[in-house]
Amino acid sequence: MNLGKSWTVATKDFAVFRRKSSVLASLLAFPLGVGIGLPAILAVVVQHKHVSYTALVPLMESFAFFFVIETVYLATTLASYSIVGEKVEKSLEPLLATPTTDAEILLGKTIAAFVPTIAATYLGAIVFMAVVDATSRPELGYFYYPNSTIAVILLLAAPLACLFAVEVNVLISSRAADIRAAQQFGALAVLPFAALYVLGEIDAITLDTTTILEVSAVLVLLDVLLFTLTRAAFSREEILTRWK
Amino acid sequence: MIEAEGLTRKFGDRTAVEDLTFRVSEGEIFGLLGPNGAGKTTVVRMLACLLAPTRGTAKVGGFDIGNPSDSLKVRNLLGLVPDNPGLYEALTAYQNLDFYGKLFGVPAAPRAASIERFLRMLGLWNERDLVVGTFSKGMKQKVAVARALIHDPQVLFLDEPTANLDPESARTVRDFILGLKQEKKTIFLNTHNLDEAQRICDRIAILNTRLVRVGTPRELEESVSGRKVVFQLASVTDALVAAVERLAPGRVAREGNRLTVDVQDAESESPALVEALVRAGGQLQSVSRLNATLEDTYLTIVRSER
Repeated sequence: MNLGKSWTVATKDFAVFRRKSSVLASLLAFPLGVGIGLPAILAVVVQHKHVSYTALVPLMESFAFFFVIETVYLATTLASYSIVGEKVEKSLEPLLATPTTDAEILLGKTIAAFVPTIAATYLGAIVFMAVVDATSRPELGYFYYPNSTIAVILLLAAPLACLFAVEVNVLISSRAADIRAAQQFGALAVLPFAALYVLGEIDAITLDTTTILEVSAVLVLLDVLLFTLTRAAFSREEILTRWK
Repeated sequence: MIEAEGLTRKFGDRTAVEDLTFRVSEGEIFGLLGPNGAGKTTVVRMLACLLAPTRGTAKVGGFDIGNPSDSLKVRNLLGLVPDNPGLYEALTAYQNLDFYGKLFGVPAAPRAASIERFLRMLGLWNERDLVVGTFSKGMKQKVAVARALIHDPQVLFLDEPTANLDPESARTVRDFILGLKQEKKTIFLNTHNLDEAQRICDRIAILNTRLVRVGTPRELEESVSGRKVVFQLASVTDALVAAVERLAPGRVAREGNRLTVDVQDAESESPALVEALVRAGGQLQSVSRLNATLEDTYLTIVRSER
């Protein structure tokens, strides 16, 4: 495995993303929307419902899980562009004719979706934590973020969820004919995480550090399983003869 | 440089190519002609280690295409221009070539020199920083050719390199290919363009799932056209036809004042036919061998296969 080649594949995709305004818009708008929008919701509730930040601590805890959902959404957008984009431009055949292994290309595609997704997620999380801390500290008397829950989310659950979304999208992209279809089907990867958030909101589960660690453990298993399927789907023969 | 032995590829129950055996020498331009679905692209994909053969073997530059440990070495030796340029439309011409140069492991300085050399040769240097999405088909095809050469490959696979190009762009690409021959590159050309094949190929193989015939353009033409002699007469009567039929039974075609005779050897059989026509009172105006074009030859061979 030549990591330099994977990085070359990834940097090429970064250059493509930079020229796609819709990709750039997703990478900036969604994290900033979450980073500013969620604290705004808290501020509105505090101001208009006369609820204290102390009472909103459970909500602040569960809001952190939004960054897992955001990661899956962004990874879906980028992975579908990265893989189906090659299909649409018919650039896979010359790429596969280079002395690059299937694994190196697949890793490059994973890096291409992973790095901007995680960077954008962290950007949104920094904005989110800064705004929440700035608005809640006067009442709470301490900085609520960072805490162990959001640390586990950002350092463990979000990267694992990102890999999950990339792998799901490689599998979907092998059958999707265009980027929009790939994104629509790929967006289904968000569903289990959205379901977890809803379960947290209705108090069926608590999205605390322990639960996030359990979710991460499940994600590790899913990532390993999907990696096996992805490797099989992302082979030269499969791509040239079955990917349409 | 390329040796194939019994190369076969099946997709499920369908046989795409069957039992191909051929050799291509270093510095040779080898053309592969065949109707749609004949298996031309499958042959290139197998030789480029993109598809594994179902049966048979092939070596490119001495490396076995069926051996996984050789496949990267084979791909290092070759450049591929697929039937669709397959460029990254959001990137510039320079970025496209630079990307492929990096994947082939070409160091930065020679990579930059190669990109400049090929873009200048193909008349695209001034457009190097424009995104490929704004290029015409001809310009994209030229970038695809440059991409295939960026790592100085020994073997070049070209799949319909001038399809959909205007005559001027097609000529530029064709002249460029001929220039590569001077550099001892081995060129494997898939084409529907018979005129192009005739002009630039040293040898041509006609493929219709199986390899139907292989030879130089002249050998192929002669395999069909060298066996017909045309007698132009002042007038053709039944007596004249009968006189020729006696020497070539069932091999005479009458068309106006012209008789066309299928022969095994034009040089040895023509004098007797001329004598028979003159004796029967024919006023012979000319005698000629029928010179078929490569197109005639190709169509004759492909139709005879059906």
